[in-house]
Amino acid sequence: MKLVDEYRDPAVARYLLEQIHELCDGQQSIMEICGGHTHAIVRSGMEQVLPPTVKFVHGPGCPVCVTPIAKIDQAIALARRPRTIVATYGDMMRVPGSSSSLLQEKAKGAHVKIVYSSLDAVQLAAENPDSEVVFFAVGFETTIPANGFSVIRAKQLGLTNYSMLSNHVLVPPVIRAVLDDPDVRIDAFLGPGHVSTIVGSQDYEFIPREYHRPVVISGFEPNDILESLVMILKQRREGRCEVEVQYSRAVTRYGNPRALDVVKDVFSPVEQDWRGIGAIAESGLSLREELRAFDAYHKFRDWMPEPRSEETGECICGDITRGVKEPRECASFGTGCTPERPLGACMVSSEGTCAAYYRYQHVTIQTGGARD
Amino acid sequence: MMCLAVPGEVLDIDGSMAMVDMAGVKRWVCIDLLGEVHPGDYVLVHVGFALQIIDEQEAQETLELLRACFQEDLHAAVGRQQEGD
Amino acid sequence: MSRQRLARSRSLTMEDLPDVVQIAHGSGGKLTHQLIETLFVPVFDNPYLRALGDQAILNPSTERMALSTDAFVVKPYVFPGGNIGDLAVNGTVNDLLMGGATPAYLTASFILEEGLPTKELVVIVEAMATAAKRAGVQIIAGDTKVVERGAADGLYITTTGVGFVPQGIQWSPAHIRAGDAVIVSGTVGDHGASILAHRFGIDFENQIKSDTACLRDVVMAVRDLPGIRCMRDPTRGGLATTVQELSQTSGLNLRVRETAIALQEDVRGICEVLGLDALYLASEGKLVAVVAPEEADECLRIMRTVKESKDAAVIGEVTDDIPGFASLETYIGAVRVLDLLSLEQLPRIC
Repeated sequence: MKLVDEYRDPAVARYLLEQIHELCDGQQSIMEICGGHTHAIVRSGMEQVLPPTVKFVHGPGCPVCVTPIAKIDQAIALARRPRTIVATYGDMMRVPGSSSSLLQEKAKGAHVKIVYSSLDAVQLAAENPDSEVVFFAVGFETTIPANGFSVIRAKQLGLTNYSMLSNHVLVPPVIRAVLDDPDVRIDAFLGPGHVSTIVGSQDYEFIPREYHRPVVISGFEPNDILESLVMILKQRREGRCEVEVQYSRAVTRYGNPRALDVVKDVFSPVEQDWRGIGAIAESGLSLREELRAFDAYHKFRDWMPEPRSEETGECICGDITRGVKEPRECASFGTGCTPERPLGACMVSSEGTCAAYYRYQHVTIQTGGARD
Repeated sequence: MMCLAVPGEVLDIDGSMAMVDMAGVKRWVCIDLLGEVHPGDYVLVHVGFALQIIDEQEAQETLELLRACFQEDLHAAVGRQQEGD
Repeated sequence: MSRQRLARSRSLTMEDLPDVVQIAHGSGGKLTHQLIETLFVPVFDNPYLRALGDQAILNPSTERMALSTDAFVVKPYVFPGGNIGDLAVNGTVNDLLMGGATPAYLTASFILEEGLPTKELVVIVEAMATAAKRAGVQIIAGDTKVVERGAADGLYITTTGVGFVPQGIQWSPAHIRAGDAVIVSGTVGDHGASILAHRFGIDFENQIKSDTACLRDVVMAVRDLPGIRCMRDPTRGGLATTVQELSQTSGLNLRVRETAIALQEDVRGICEVLGLDALYLASEGKLVAVVAPEEADECLRIMRTVKESKDAAVIGEVTDDIPGFASLETYIGAVRVLDLLSLEQLPRIC
């Protein structure tokens, strides 16, 4: 596969690992912001072959993990509404709300449909004029333009039965929240590659400027991440603090202006609740006032449930999402909380830190074998 | 991933849609988020949308740079080993 | 019965079958008989079926007997590369073969949904007959039930197979030893990728073909090699689940290498696009063999001469360092545990 296989060459990986071992002195805590990086790091077993002093801190970049329970409950309420189809990405199906999940509702007979693209949801509305189609739209900056575009398309098509339950979140405000948190110790950031294709590298320039931490925006193949680590360690050694782009084949300084225009045309910033973290000002996007007709929250206001209490006390999802704690520090990890019966969001998404740990490492923890 | 995006080659364009080949999997994806796209371009596809044109020249150059360092290192290592012998 | 007569009798009676399956086709009355006599008996044609008894009576064999049963509920029931019919035959036949048995007989039990187009049923039954012939088995007993419209996805088929294991063949995970080679007979995940793309209604322009195939030729070609410890077909749960099960049963560690495991280009593509892990997707025409190290090359050489296993490769070795768990050596040279999958994979964007 062109532009993928080139970045999986084991010989180059060995070379990069040698570089990392040479460059590394002292403890390095590196936060990978994006859940995609978490997945690649854990799936490739990268932490085993890195120097023990390099520690990844898994960041809040997984939309499934940070979607608040209240929002899941709203989607479930709409799925229970007669003649309503809830369309969403496969990721959201298993996320537990306060008492159910969309997958469970589907099993009970609700019309819940997994879509690959937001335009598939619009198509569904066009094909089902007698039903309301609610697109439960989640995502970071990468997905937001595509989700937003579906509203533009539905409007062009004159569809009145299409609406969006929006849960869109932004990277820079949550990084700020993480950096302002006195519990969090991060030496450098592995920047999110795909978010950056849209927003450009400039969105992170505040990190070196205001917080004096290096940022390297990375691709998602194993060798991309290893090369980014080399770049980070070089910055650390040379005492530099800047935004560098390893993923230069897809990321520019200013990103994708057309996509950013779509975002501006469709959404406006709002305060957003982050599951496990709390409310952060201007960290979310909801549909603009003039597009209220497409906003499922307003359209079906009467169906919206009262918000219920957040996570149970046994789950330390919030600390994990902020990178303060690791899954194995949670008393429920692997016992009260498993992918089959998740307590918190980190166990739900395959990108979720706990799920990734459970899937690839829990055995190692039990046996104390391969890793150490 | 926080954005599972896959590179693919544009085969054909029809209005705002392009047929993209992603490792042998072909699908029409929306190209309205991009400016001009041409058949033969490699684009990054996410949720049925092309997000960016991949700069193949940049990709090639950075890979070659990395490979050059790797080769140099390899030769140095072989050199060291021979000296050691 | 000669091929000509078979063809003639079928073309005559096809007209008598109604367009769709009706509840009465499962009632035991006239329509049931019509279905059996015009479709199943002539298509599966053999003396056991022609007797139309309540049972098939088999002559005993001096060899040990292998017995296996499997229910097939695949949706969609016709998919690129095959249908539920050849899948139901190949699946059970392959399960017999994995124990070193020569497959001999099958029974087939059908649960049909009211309204199933008869034409489609005929295509599926004929696919079963073709697959059975290829596998060298006879379908010697069967049953048909019809359920109301909406109570099944078209049709379900359960097959039970009987095979015979020759003297000297004692395959079992208990015989696996550290140092053994792990061989897979070709690409993995083809069937699972084909089915998942359909099931989620995600449209792609090209269709991924299932790899459903009978493994008889592969197994027969290498069965006499004394170094073969055991075989398994990586169906549900895929390659990862199979090597994990073998590790657990043997109390050893099957360690496979990411760089050695081959995927079809389009299977790879769909996994990248939908965020699926191919190691957990089913194959329906592949096998995993654990072989003594000194015979691995010979086993590989022979396998590669057989069409169904021309891409066979050594994908890993058995070690004793993580007893009871399978592991994966990744592209970057790290080793991590390959666990069982907790839940069915769903397509994802994150």
